[in-house]
Amino acid sequence: MTDQQHDVEGNEFLIFRIGEEEYGIDILKVQEIRGYDGVTRIANAPEFIKGVTNLRGVIVPILDLRIKFAVGEAQYNQQTVVIVLNIGHRVVGVVVDGVSDVLTLSPEQIKDSPDFGTALSSEFIMGLGSIEDRMLILMDIEKMMSSTEMALVDEVAA
Amino acid sequence: MSMDITEFYQTFFEEAEELLNEMEHLLLDIDIDEPDSEQLNAIFRAAHSIKGGAGTFGFTVLQETTHIFENLLDRARHNELTLDREIIDIFLETKDMLTDQLNAYRNQEEPDPEAFERICNTLKRIAEERVEGGAPKVAAPKPAAQPAAGADAAARVLTLTLTKIEEDEKDTLTEELALFGAIKHSEFSEGTLTVSIETQEPVDDIEAVLCFVLDAGQISIKETSGAEASEPVQSAPAPVAEQPSASAAQPAAKKPEDDKKATAKPAAPKKPAKAGNGSDASLRVSTEKVDQIINLVGELVITQSMLEQTTQGLDPVAYGQLLNGMTQLQRNARDLQEAVMSVRMMPMDYVFNRFPRLVRDLAGKLGKEIELVTVGKSTELDKGLIERIIDPLTHLVRNCLDHGIELPDKREAAGKHRVGKLTLSAQHQGGNILIEVSDDGAGLNREKILSKAQSSGIQISDTMSDEDVWQLIFAPGFSTADEITDVSGRGVGMDVVKRNIQQMGGHVDILSQAGKGSTTRIVLPLTLAILDGMSVKVGDEVFILPLGAIMESIQVKTEEINKVAGQDQVIYVRGEYLPLVELHKVFNVPSAQTDVTQGIVMIVQSEGRHCALLVDQLIGQHQVVVKNLETNYRKVPGISAATIMGDGSVALILDVPALQRISRDRRGESSRSSATVH
Repeated sequence: MTDQQHDVEGNEFLIFRIGEEEYGIDILKVQEIRGYDGVTRIANAPEFIKGVTNLRGVIVPILDLRIKFAVGEAQYNQQTVVIVLNIGHRVVGVVVDGVSDVLTLSPEQIKDSPDFGTALSSEFIMGLGSIEDRMLILMDIEKMMSSTEMALVDEVAA
Repeated sequence: MSMDITEFYQTFFEEAEELLNEMEHLLLDIDIDEPDSEQLNAIFRAAHSIKGGAGTFGFTVLQETTHIFENLLDRARHNELTLDREIIDIFLETKDMLTDQLNAYRNQEEPDPEAFERICNTLKRIAEERVEGGAPKVAAPKPAAQPAAGADAAARVLTLTLTKIEEDEKDTLTEELALFGAIKHSEFSEGTLTVSIETQEPVDDIEAVLCFVLDAGQISIKETSGAEASEPVQSAPAPVAEQPSASAAQPAAKKPEDDKKATAKPAAPKKPAKAGNGSDASLRVSTEKVDQIINLVGELVITQSMLEQTTQGLDPVAYGQLLNGMTQLQRNARDLQEAVMSVRMMPMDYVFNRFPRLVRDLAGKLGKEIELVTVGKSTELDKGLIERIIDPLTHLVRNCLDHGIELPDKREAAGKHRVGKLTLSAQHQGGNILIEVSDDGAGLNREKILSKAQSSGIQISDTMSDEDVWQLIFAPGFSTADEITDVSGRGVGMDVVKRNIQQMGGHVDILSQAGKGSTTRIVLPLTLAILDGMSVKVGDEVFILPLGAIMESIQVKTEEINKVAGQDQVIYVRGEYLPLVELHKVFNVPSAQTDVTQGIVMIVQSEGRHCALLVDQLIGQHQVVVKNLETNYRKVPGISAATIMGDGSVALILDVPALQRISRDRRGESSRSSATVH
């Protein structure tokens, strides 16, 4: 807990899978990991917003990154995993295919990402991490969740 | 031993931020016509503490800005600077600037020099233009300026003993202390600095400033003789918070924050009488804690029902004790939940029941005959809100009695009943509670308000809409009463009413019709109100419909359904055509009942309009805790809030007025939004 810098240096990442791809997010943004159940649909929301759920008395929106990134199959069963993120003052749950591990990446292991311009806009990618043969897509989850694209915040609101 | 001073940066940033927030609150709170000297002192202290800290850490820009700011504030608190809105605006701007500077330092950047220069110039300009007398701060005018403050006005001599001081810190500290008052004596030997200072500042403040630089354990402050104070020392105590903290300073009071919090709340003395009555019978707990308990208990009940389901299949003979325990747990959990809920919720009756007496007394005094009607006494409202709504409501009621309702003879001449009617009502509406104070008196007088506004220097135009004109009476110092009575008319009321309500996150509207009466409508959000609701099913989804909005539920026959413009449907109920809102269409619910005759139609009303909602079936009536959806998500059209059902799932609460609006918009009707509530 010594480094307070916000850059990528020696940070710990939570690694999760969506389809065949592996993604990493700053572990400090993760509040908990839980199963997917009891989600109430919200009308007229984008398709990837599955709805809201009750997390110990707090109403938390749940979104499915598999639908957002158009990868993997959006199936919901006992194995479906929700990563609960604590971003700013908001709590948001994201559905992924599975959580694999927690890795510490040194700056040398992180490469700049090329421009994609696909479902995952490159502005939300901090870099690509490589460990052995694996390629990890490191996401700036905070930036992504606060963007208007995710439709989590009112457009007028900050 | 050289300490790394940066370690303390964080503490300073946090404390300074707290002080700035406090300052903003106080500034926004301050009544420019009758500034409370306690409030001004508190603002000054905040600025001063920040300045001290900024100086210590070498944040020169911050220090200089606060210095100029502090000088101005000092004049304001000595009545040398008359406050007005412009000055408060500038003060607020300065506060924002200070926040920016603080953030810049926090991010290890230099603050924007242009902004710094601009704000300094503005402040200097005020100092030159506005300050009366222009005299720098002298001790002389103080006693005259603060007769009311009393508590901290008495100058006395304090002896400060500061231990473990480095040689080179000595001068800075002495200099800093000189800002509090005249230094009588100063001595430095073997790392101990002893300073005698004649000051009016509370000990807390001096300590607070020193705490930016030193450890609490290093500071010891003693009150010696009151050199110029005529009263003996003991009988001239500074504010309540002082004594404990002054004595606690020696035995390593490790938490200077505590002291600061005590000084940071000068608002408290306003209601000593109220707190005094029930102090031994009640306990003030922060709402945050109560909310947390409510959430936890909710979880407990859900866990309990889960366990119950698991144990249901067990053999009662083999597991008798366990099952007994489960039954008991269930009862206890329910009782606990009820008890916790009741902590926060109170019926409006609590507020309303104090008015009959008031109305009777006042009516007698004013020679009027008045009947008081209360509606919606059982509407429950969050305790925090209910306590804060009392004063504004009292004021509004007094206003109605005094200005609104006419004298009996006048009423008769106008063809009205001699007895005037004053109505207080409360109801839940969408995500809000609506409280109305209405009278059948003369109504507001547009001309009178406009001319009065003009003479008070408020900008007006003849083409202003009625609503805008009514809003004028919320301006500070505004009163249309011909003569000042002891009931009302001093004009220190409506602005306070409005401010109080805005602080609660609500707003006030006035509806008025000449000769017919006026209605003041207060809309408050339901932060945590309990809602009586009917759960309804649409497709596979469950929604909560506020019970207050429901008139009746019916099943309609084919012949009662009429089409308008080929597609929109209206339902004919007892001589009225009601627009039909199909919930499954509004919320795109799949597999819902689309045949109107097969579903259930709920007749609902809000804002005086009726409409029919089509649902699949009714499930039951519940009391639900309203949870804000916007905390983690955003506003959803047609939904006012969410709640957690007994099984732990989330159900959305329907916003009836919004649904009506949605359906109106769908019909393409240019909705003339009549004083849209939200």
